Amino acid sequence: MSTREMTMVEALRDGLRVAMRSDPAVFLIGEDLGVQGGFGGGFTVTLGLADEFGHARVMDTPISEIAILGAAVGAAMVGMRPVAEMQYGDFVFCGMDQVVNQAAKMHYMSNGQVSVPLVLRLPVGASARGAQHSQSTEAWFMHTPGLKVVCPSNPYDAKGLLLAAIRDNNPVIFLEHKLLYGGKGGRKESSAAARVAGVPEEDYEIPLGTVSVKREGTDLTLLANMLMLHRAMEAAEELARRDIHAEVIDLRCLVPLDMDTLTTSTKKTGRVLIVEEDNLTGGWGAEVAARLSEAAFFYLDAPITRVAAPDTPTPTAPVLEREYVPSVERVVEAAVSLLAG
Amino acid sequence: MMDLASLPLETAREMFRRMVLIRRFEDHLYALFLQGTVPGTLHQYQGQEAVAVGVCTALHPDDLIFSTHRPVGHFIARGSSPRGIAAEIMGKAAGCAGGKGGQMHLTDISIGAMPSNAIVGSNIPIATGAALGFQLRGQNRVAVSFFGDGASNTGAFHEGLNLAAVKVAPVVFVCENNQYGASTAISSMLRITDIADRSAAYGIPGRVVDGMDVLAVYQAALEAIERARQGDGPTLLECKTYRYTGHSRGDPGGYRSREEVQRWRERDPIPHMRTLLIKERGLSESELESIERTCQSEIEEAVEFARNSPEPAKEETYRHVFAEGQ
Repeated sequence: MSTREMTMVEALRDGLRVAMRSDPAVFLIGEDLGVQGGFGGGFTVTLGLADEFGHARVMDTPISEIAILGAAVGAAMVGMRPVAEMQYGDFVFCGMDQVVNQAAKMHYMSNGQVSVPLVLRLPVGASARGAQHSQSTEAWFMHTPGLKVVCPSNPYDAKGLLLAAIRDNNPVIFLEHKLLYGGKGGRKESSAAARVAGVPEEDYEIPLGTVSVKREGTDLTLLANMLMLHRAMEAAEELARRDIHAEVIDLRCLVPLDMDTLTTSTKKTGRVLIVEEDNLTGGWGAEVAARLSEAAFFYLDAPITRVAAPDTPTPTAPVLEREYVPSVERVVEAAVSLLAG
Repeated sequence: MMDLASLPLETAREMFRRMVLIRRFEDHLYALFLQGTVPGTLHQYQGQEAVAVGVCTALHPDDLIFSTHRPVGHFIARGSSPRGIAAEIMGKAAGCAGGKGGQMHLTDISIGAMPSNAIVGSNIPIATGAALGFQLRGQNRVAVSFFGDGASNTGAFHEGLNLAAVKVAPVVFVCENNQYGASTAISSMLRITDIADRSAAYGIPGRVVDGMDVLAVYQAALEAIERARQGDGPTLLECKTYRYTGHSRGDPGGYRSREEVQRWRERDPIPHMRTLLIKERGLSESELESIERTCQSEIEEAVEFARNSPEPAKEETYRHVFAEGQ
């Protein structure tokens, strides 16, 4: 296997290219995806793909989120595998009916006669753009039966999960954190984590429904996804210096969720700290905490605790946004007090 | 105007038969509802039969229809079995959606009827997407989106028609203007007389069609479907029609006058077609009565079948949330 250093943007683009080469049913639909001289989507993921696949399969649309989502649902119902993009994840709310009432329910309402194999790519996360361009929306989709929810933290997982998502026969919500893109050129995020990783150029899939143990430990379990996974890993480093050994698990897929791995880790460490960028109330962490307290209550030495964004809209000023998004310091502090308790 | 004489006799007879089947089926379902046999609600199609039958007669077998919360007429017109529909509406395992759909969510992909949609306007972009799928695949198929007058005021209508127009999608938009969105007269929610005029905003053809005349609908649908199939893009057909019943169960229609209902009933498409078949095609009274009797017994048999069908197993609740595999 030949491997190349890729940013997440490059890994996602490579995943789309592989999927489109291997299956003529795969096509892309969204705003500014293939325009000559344009952006290649909100964050350059689709840049150059129209050159190889043409403008029919890299389909630019009007600014019409209902139509993008509805057309993706309809095309999927007749055997296509659309990959739809919202320029920002927040814009999905303009067409939420098509996601929640349509995509998620068609297979069920039809008693299995039709299926909706679509991927909906949503750039999420706070990045100094304010309340309508920043939300982490995992929980909105987790709450709707019929949707799978994927949220990678690194380029390798992003490509493998994207390929699995495209080939899955269900609607998959694919969240991409803007600060993990590591995009190049004019639309590179100035505050990006800019991580690159060795990514195979070949076709490979990471099965949906898996989590990834990123670091083993014995004292507590840190559960995180996307950007927060990186904060959790940094916090684990700091905690190790204080002789606290954290296990860190990347919840790269929230639906289906590999509860077995989470439960095993919880039973081993007896303490769980959830780190999430979505708002505290009703966030994905609340569901995970509830399930773990049912599955492993008698193994817990402390309450399952969450470090999350507060219950406010996302503010814009850098100092306010730093207050809003969970920091490494907050994670370390919460972990230390869990151990002290 | 389409001349009945130019239609193959079998087609003309079948159009009449399907309209009768819809009318009698809907009447029978209402009686069942009053007896408490039908759970939930009913949205009925009496009065609009010419639209469904006119459009569906013009389709090819592998074309697709996308229906609404008022789907029985479309499904019968497309050729779905009354058995599966009756069982679905009565919440039985033998229903066309196994009892998971109910009155508003019929599906029968065996005859090209996609899941009917109970969110007003939402099937417009979905049908457009199906048409884009046909286009991408190089298939010579057409999608039809049925919706009501009320749907023409949704964002989905605007976004769906515009996307279909700019992509030259092989889709036909059939607006069944039955004059009311639930209890609200469409005339009070529009500053234009004809919804068909909205087509101009998208640069596509729009036509006002007499929705009480099955031949007029058939002719307009043939042209629009042919246009889509030739790769010339979508058409908006506005079929002016009327629903004889209330919006849904228990709606006595207090917002409209008896005279208004009577005026529309005088233009009922079924007796109109019946008279034409006698006068222009020489069918005998007894032939037509035989068709009507056969429809009645088909419906009674279907309802009896549904009545005797078992209820779905409780485990069905958990099936088909997700599709299997890749």
